[in-house]
Amino acid sequence: MALQSLDIKARSATTTQSPAARKTTEVAKLIDISKCIGCKACQAACMEWNDLRDDIGHNVGVYDNPHDLSDQSWTVMRFSEVEVEQGRLEWLIRKDGCMHCADPGCLKACPSPGAIVQYSNGIVDFHEENCIGCGYCITGCPFNIPRISKKDHKAYKCTLCSDRVGVGLEPACVKTCPTGAIVFGSKADMIHHAEGRITDLKERGYSNAALYDPKGVGGTHVMYVLQHGDKPELYANLPKDPGISPLVGLWKGVTKPLMNLGLGLAVFAGFFHYVTAGPKEVEEEEKTD
Amino acid sequence: MTNHWVDIKNADLIIIMGGNAAEAHPCGFKWVTEAKAHRGAKLVVVDPRFNRSAAVSDYYAPIRPGTDIAFLGGVINYLLSNNKIHEEYVKHYTNAPYLVREDFSFNDGLFSGYDAEKRKYNRDTWDYALGKDGYVEIDETLQNPRCVYQLMKQHYARYTPETVSRVCGTPKEAFLKVAEMIGETSRPDKVMTILYALGWTQHTTGSQNIRTMAMIQLLLGNIGRVGGGVNALRGHSNVQGITDMNLVSGVMPGYLRMAADEEQDFQGFLSKRALKPLRPNQMSYWQNFPKFWVSLAKTFYGKAATKENDFSYHWFPKYDKPYDVLQMFERMHNGQMNGFICQGFNPLAAVPCLQKVSAALSKLKYLVVIDPLSTETAEFWRDHGELNSVDASKIQTEVFRLPANCFAEETGSYTNSGRVLQWHWSAADGPGDAKGDVEIIAGIFTRMRDMYRKEGGAFPEPILNLTWPYSIPDQPSPEELAREFSGKALADVTDPKDPTKVLAKAGEQLASFAHLRDDGSTSSGNWLYCGSWSQAGNLMARRETSDPSGLGFYPNWGFSWPANRRVLYNRANCDVSGKPWDPSRKTIAWDGSKWTGFDVPDMRPDAAPEEDVGPFIMHPDGVGHLFALKGMADGPFPEHYEPFETPLGVNPMHPKNPLVTSNPVSRLFAYDKAQLGKADKFPYVATTYRLTEHYHYWTKNVRINSILQPSQFIEMNEELAKEKGIAHGDTVKVTSNRGYIRAVAVVTKRLRPLDIDGKKVHTIGIPIHWGFIGVAKKGFLANRLTPFVGDATAHTPEFKAFLVNIEKV
Repeated sequence: MALQSLDIKARSATTTQSPAARKTTEVAKLIDISKCIGCKACQAACMEWNDLRDDIGHNVGVYDNPHDLSDQSWTVMRFSEVEVEQGRLEWLIRKDGCMHCADPGCLKACPSPGAIVQYSNGIVDFHEENCIGCGYCITGCPFNIPRISKKDHKAYKCTLCSDRVGVGLEPACVKTCPTGAIVFGSKADMIHHAEGRITDLKERGYSNAALYDPKGVGGTHVMYVLQHGDKPELYANLPKDPGISPLVGLWKGVTKPLMNLGLGLAVFAGFFHYVTAGPKEVEEEEKTD
Repeated sequence: MTNHWVDIKNADLIIIMGGNAAEAHPCGFKWVTEAKAHRGAKLVVVDPRFNRSAAVSDYYAPIRPGTDIAFLGGVINYLLSNNKIHEEYVKHYTNAPYLVREDFSFNDGLFSGYDAEKRKYNRDTWDYALGKDGYVEIDETLQNPRCVYQLMKQHYARYTPETVSRVCGTPKEAFLKVAEMIGETSRPDKVMTILYALGWTQHTTGSQNIRTMAMIQLLLGNIGRVGGGVNALRGHSNVQGITDMNLVSGVMPGYLRMAADEEQDFQGFLSKRALKPLRPNQMSYWQNFPKFWVSLAKTFYGKAATKENDFSYHWFPKYDKPYDVLQMFERMHNGQMNGFICQGFNPLAAVPCLQKVSAALSKLKYLVVIDPLSTETAEFWRDHGELNSVDASKIQTEVFRLPANCFAEETGSYTNSGRVLQWHWSAADGPGDAKGDVEIIAGIFTRMRDMYRKEGGAFPEPILNLTWPYSIPDQPSPEELAREFSGKALADVTDPKDPTKVLAKAGEQLASFAHLRDDGSTSSGNWLYCGSWSQAGNLMARRETSDPSGLGFYPNWGFSWPANRRVLYNRANCDVSGKPWDPSRKTIAWDGSKWTGFDVPDMRPDAAPEEDVGPFIMHPDGVGHLFALKGMADGPFPEHYEPFETPLGVNPMHPKNPLVTSNPVSRLFAYDKAQLGKADKFPYVATTYRLTEHYHYWTKNVRINSILQPSQFIEMNEELAKEKGIAHGDTVKVTSNRGYIRAVAVVTKRLRPLDIDGKKVHTIGIPIHWGFIGVAKKGFLANRLTPFVGDATAHTPEFKAFLVNIEKV
């Protein structure tokens, strides 16, 4: 929201051309799971910077708290106990949140003009003032990230601190991370940094260490270094080959024109109602509320 | 820490044992990740639980709570049997070659001098064999059967890999793998560091847990080294500071040992502590004890402390026994103590056995609680249903609550784990009537002094003569106090070698404890902090980030005690000839005429290597102690004893000697002995710990922390859960012989059953952070379960190993 409209590269449900004169650097957040100690400082920083406070919940038998993403929790740690090698336990801790896909399924699926935007630096942001709460972004997201608020029925998720990044700061979670497991910079630099980490992990016996930057969504602007790059599903079901749901393709391909026709008909019907019955009167009581 | 936080990045191998740095010290843990990322360092975690530190480790080995000495004794045996020691270091910088008295012995778990009735040792035989010249006899070949090396070898020969596995439950291969990785750092160009915390101290063998690792580090030649040392991670930003200032009841600021009741003679008191060298040419730095003590007394009593009145020695308290918290609450429980000023402390949660603490507090006439927050202790008298079931009408204790500022509302110095004093500035004023701790204590003092003035008293001199030079007596400023603890010249201080040279003029701040005098011409509230506020100003407030060493010493950031030295014993970073063992990690070196380099030498600057001055200058022999002499209450070599509540019932190292099932000299009061449980009713081992999301019992008052970890839980392994029909998220009741808690069960692979001597032992993990005050979901204080018994030397309570039962509710 803090970025200028000049930097908006794509908008949901909009056919007009986005401004193309200006180019910004493509950014990325890199989360090195091999350095993450699951301290949840990133969750605390996210709450503080974005002025979010989830409910004080209860323990359901795991360390994960809050237990899931919500309109108040835009990032959560997910703890997985796995034995990749027989007898060798690993506790894989993944910071979950929006991946800021280059090809964002949420944006494609969104029917409300300008409710979801993508900036030229790669950040995918929700503009809640335009959100109609339909939940299509959830269907469109291959990572199951957006959540609809029960309070205002709008969708929320990580903004990659677009308001901080827009003024040259790193996201709040990056700033607070005590071990440097979360780093931020240009996407090219982050890929380079990840290569060094992967070399180190391979030397420590993780022969399948790899960068997670899945091609199915055009790459992401939040990437992971995984010790077991061949098995992303070990990390609390991180999808191995994420892609945009065919339903979204269907919506764009066939359904959307049909829907548009339907929408047109509805508008037409509304107009017909207006000219025949006049504008809807607002009750006096409602006005004074 | 012998070293400091940043120095962890210089290690080749990092062991975390008796602590959980990633969980409890996440910010400092960054230096572990630095070492891994930039030095290719390896991280090994040995712990009952696969914890957050283990999550990012290269190797993890499980261990039964309370068996660290068995594990580490096994490592010593491995190092000695496989010649994985740093031989030159061991020969020259430790007491390995020193001969021990003929009458020192060890038999079936007991050292010579044991008195079963008093549960105490007469430690006379735990000493060196002295020659006619008064110096210790030594055998540089290490072959004499009475030399420390041979005695140690014999002592630990029993700790075979099989025995370690049998006692600790650590699989033999896992133990050997860890021992092998440790052994590799015996090479002069490899250095290991050890990070520990309450996981070692909170045992009835706590001090010896740490000593065993110190012995290993000496054998490997890793003390005094960059990237090495023995490093205690303190739990609070200023725990090191309070320790330096006299946390332990038997010491005065700067670790000056207090006088005992029988020490009424001032000169006798001083000479007993001013230890004479036990080998030729040694510095035996405690010879300066009189200078430190007299300067401290001058800070207390100023002009009233004179040579004639033994510098006010007779106004200082003398102890008849240690007054640790266990002793304090025992006395309170016995009705021998009727008032308690409780400052920044929540004993209902933090002193073991809540039931006893609650009963003890109920016997007080008054309780003063000084704290920024409401605490369980302040509300011990209020009924909170099942969580704190008391009848307030039967408790007569009058409770005063004095709201204090929190840390961010105060200005002053912090001393961090790495001994670095850093000045900080208040960020905001405290709310409402809150006052700073100094102001509160000063107010109590000045009012007390007025009462003594008006009404007299049994022994008014120590109160009436106290120096109180602050411009606002009820409000001493942090700056005034800091200048006072650093110290100043009361008369001109001159150079002993050249009396015409004035080192400090009367009234000036002193630059160093080397300028302290025992004639009353100097004052310093803590000799270790001397120079932190010199004529150059407040050095604690320095924030310069230059680092000429490239090793993270930052000599002009804050002030590191002593003398701004960043690594203690740094003479041992060099070989005998004064060259660094590893030139890439140079601190100081002998340049032909003096010691010089990036750090402040821990050595007389002009002591040529040929003089053979040992690097451990605080010891009268100048060397590191593999044999502890009389320093420890429970023996000069650490020995494995079971926790006071043992799942085995016997000590597997000494199955036939019931005297040594548990530490034979840990103090156990009669009331608490009766409260101990046995394995027939309480078959599972319990251990308490902290979580990253919370800080002790404070952050349950904070919404964000409470969101991150909202409600009480315990951890247990899958096998036991299955056996008991307990699933993820079920509520369980955990019971010890002292009480119970109810909590949600986290069923995890990270705890596993251990095979101990053919018996399966399960461990229940109990995080401590919940209570009946705060915004987090209310819970039971874990302290309802814990036993009231502590370490033989330091009396730290055994929170880390006791017995419980568990059932689904």
